[in-house]
Amino acid sequence: MTTLPASTDKKLGLVIDLDICVGCHACVISCKEWNTSNYGAPLSDMDAYGENPVGTFLNRVHTFEVKSAGCNAQTVHFPKSCLHCEDAPCVTVCPTGASYKRSEDGIVLVNESDCIGCGLCAWACPYGAREMDAAEGVMKKCTLCVDRIYNENIPEIDREPSCVRTCPAKARHFGDFADPDSNVSVMTRERGGMELMPELMTKPVNRYLPPRPKADISGEIDILAPLLTPVPENKGGFMGWLDKALEAI
Amino acid sequence: MHPAPSVILFTSLSGLGFGLLFFLGLDMPAVSGWTAFAFFFVAYALAVGGLLASTFHLGNPQRAVKAFKQWRSSWLSREGVFAVLALLVMGLYAAALIFLDMRLPLVGMIGSALSVITVICTAMIYAQMKTIPRWSQPMTPVLYLLYMFAGGALMAAQIHLATVLLAILTVAQILHWLIGDKAFAKAGSTIGTATGLGILGQVRLLESPHSSTNYLLQEFAFEVGRKHALKLRVIATLCVGLLPVLMLLMTPAGHLVSLVALVLHMIGLFSARWLFFAEAEHVVGLYYDKHRG
Repeated sequence: MTTLPASTDKKLGLVIDLDICVGCHACVISCKEWNTSNYGAPLSDMDAYGENPVGTFLNRVHTFEVKSAGCNAQTVHFPKSCLHCEDAPCVTVCPTGASYKRSEDGIVLVNESDCIGCGLCAWACPYGAREMDAAEGVMKKCTLCVDRIYNENIPEIDREPSCVRTCPAKARHFGDFADPDSNVSVMTRERGGMELMPELMTKPVNRYLPPRPKADISGEIDILAPLLTPVPENKGGFMGWLDKALEAI
Repeated sequence: MHPAPSVILFTSLSGLGFGLLFFLGLDMPAVSGWTAFAFFFVAYALAVGGLLASTFHLGNPQRAVKAFKQWRSSWLSREGVFAVLALLVMGLYAAALIFLDMRLPLVGMIGSALSVITVICTAMIYAQMKTIPRWSQPMTPVLYLLYMFAGGALMAAQIHLATVLLAILTVAQILHWLIGDKAFAKAGSTIGTATGLGILGQVRLLESPHSSTNYLLQEFAFEVGRKHALKLRVIATLCVGLLPVLMLLMTPAGHLVSLVALVLHMIGLFSARWLFFAEAEHVVGLYYDKHRG
């Protein structure tokens, strides 16, 4: 546990399709719901019903806008959770060995009974995947729902991470990246699945599928569109008189 | 980065403490009896006090002893191990010196070496962070060592050595700032690489993932202090080295001069260490569009 395993038998992880994600935050909520009541300490909230609620989440959805010259701006919803890096810097900085990467499936986990809450792993993570729980003082992170994916007490269809199971748009996929024929490997290959911040050499397992190019619709304005143009204020003529008359009543 | 007072106190005080221990282990100054006791007492109070302060920011300090386990991979663990070794060996040296009036030069030298290694480990905790480009530079361990040697020499009444070291330290501190100012851009992480969307065009945050703050923003996106960064840099530069060096050069040596120089140096040390954290930008801020320039 001191260091990272040289290689892992499986490389379990997620593919997130940025072309499909609609930014509904359902994955955020289902993640919180599952993980606050199962593996490890609950995900606490502080001042939950007050003016400044702060809480621990393992998955969050950012929304970005991308603009390039001559194109329409594009909105991209961007879910972010632990990427279960092959060279996870969060593991090697841990002074107690509480953080570790499993050699069997590559999942990065925290053994909470060994965690002293120093926060160094969160410093080492470029992605903000780790959050210190304010109530328990231990580091919380995505477990890839390790307590679901191997759980024989739940129906087989539910044996995938909660965020994947709940996504109404099917923007999230779970699988083994070590298997070149798995769903996630094929998608990554075909759609050019991206690594986040590759320059930091963390070798993230999770991949993001870039949004597909949008069709150019600039020449296809609807023929009814001119009728929807707002009526300018201080208009003269009949409309102007009517406007003033109605105003005066 | 959030400048937690416990971490600023810890790195500053323990650095000074181990710096004094370094010189005491080398018999500089050659003290014995009650004078030796006083010197070692101050050194231990600073080093141990600093280490204790570092446990204040832990979520579960009662398990702190587990942090000695992973010295093979973790600089934080190595720091803990070497700090305890240094304090034990120097304890032996001090006990022989104070109570038996016996000098054990080899033990002293080993203790001094362990003190140096401890401070290197402290510095490497920060220097290893690729996520914080300002810290991830070779000057970070150099700077921590110079603070240790210069502060230690000042406290150990090695006036000539302290004068030279304080001057070098001032230059090193300015260099660390200048290199650090360019580090984020040089590391190459942008909101484009963080999201992978840079290939499509200019990226900006449209909507934050949460309406109020969270652990990440509190810990990594500290912005308050940057406003006064330049003023604090001037204060730090003056107090860390310039004023103490001038005092030591221009006034006759004496306890009072040394004490005032030390107080000034510590004011500079605390402001420089506060800036070390407050000015450090973590790449996670990119996901919140916090990086400017």
